[in-house]
Amino acid sequence: MKELNSVRFEFPSLSANEGFARGAVACFAAQLDMTLTELGDVKTAVSEAVTNCIVHAYPDSVGPILLRLRILEGGELEIQVKDKGRGIEDVERARQPLFTTGGDDRGGMGFTIMESFTDSMKVRSRVGAGTTVTMRKRVEKRRKAR
Amino acid sequence: MKLTATQESGRLTLALSGELDHHEAKNLIRELEERIDTGLPRDCVLDLEGLRFMDSSGVAILLKLHRRMNALGGRLFVQNVQSQPMRVLDASGIDRIIEISA
Ligand SMILES: Nc1ncnc2c1ncn2[C@@H]1O[C@H](COP(=O)(O)OP(=O)(O)OP(=O)(O)O)[C@@H](O)[C@H]1O
Ligand SMILES: [Mg+2]
Repeated sequence: MKELNSVRFEFPSLSANEGFARGAVACFAAQLDMTLTELGDVKTAVSEAVTNCIVHAYPDSVGPILLRLRILEGGELEIQVKDKGRGIEDVERARQPLFTTGGDDRGGMGFTIMESFTDSMKVRSRVGAGTTVTMRKRVEKRRKAR
Repeated sequence: MKLTATQESGRLTLALSGELDHHEAKNLIRELEERIDTGLPRDCVLDLEGLRFMDSSGVAILLKLHRRMNALGGRLFVQNVQSQPMRVLDASGIDRIIEISA
């Protein structure tokens, strides 16, 4: 699919950057005619993916997070969140609702939320090398001009 | 993120405003549990009218408070939930465990 626009950010895995990532995606998505609900959905999905990098990919250190946003032909937003951290041993199992290695502080709902708030979610991971989550959100065509 | 706590006899109301993510959750959970442990309420009401954003970190906090209240023999109610936080709560399915109202 043809790319119409794209931006990239790189930032360290500090929790203060979770809010930055949500703000960045909201700003970029303003080029698409998203509803408030759709905008809330993509902010939530980004928040989940970035938090996973901070909590799971780099549990005892600070490492780089790469956020790439693309607008694709036909009005689709692609969100890619990439880390060079610990990686996931069994991606199928990690995607299951309630699965967590995070103990009492986490609920194991992040991937479930990302999946239900976007149209597609791909997870590629290699232990010791890192994880890439790629999500796409289609903007529903409004029938009538508002 | 702002927390306002008010206690009237056995009812502790905790009102949250702002955005609740993992960054905010780290300190918030300690504060919330402290309020419950000192107030020892029968009912705890979590008022989310001012909460504009929440993700799975918020879901985990709700579950923690629910367990805390259960251990005290009390109950947790979550009220005035706005649209984005409600979508997250719906997706996580915790309305089957915790009493939630819009
Ligand atoms: N970027 C990542 N690097 C390494 N492991 C990850 C990464 N993202 C997810 N995981 C693994 O997948 C599991 C499931 O992730 P998911 O986001 O669904 O739940 P969680 O983060 O554990 O809990 P929640 O998101 O509800 O706070 C995590 O517990 C962790 O083991
Ligand atoms: Mg998560």
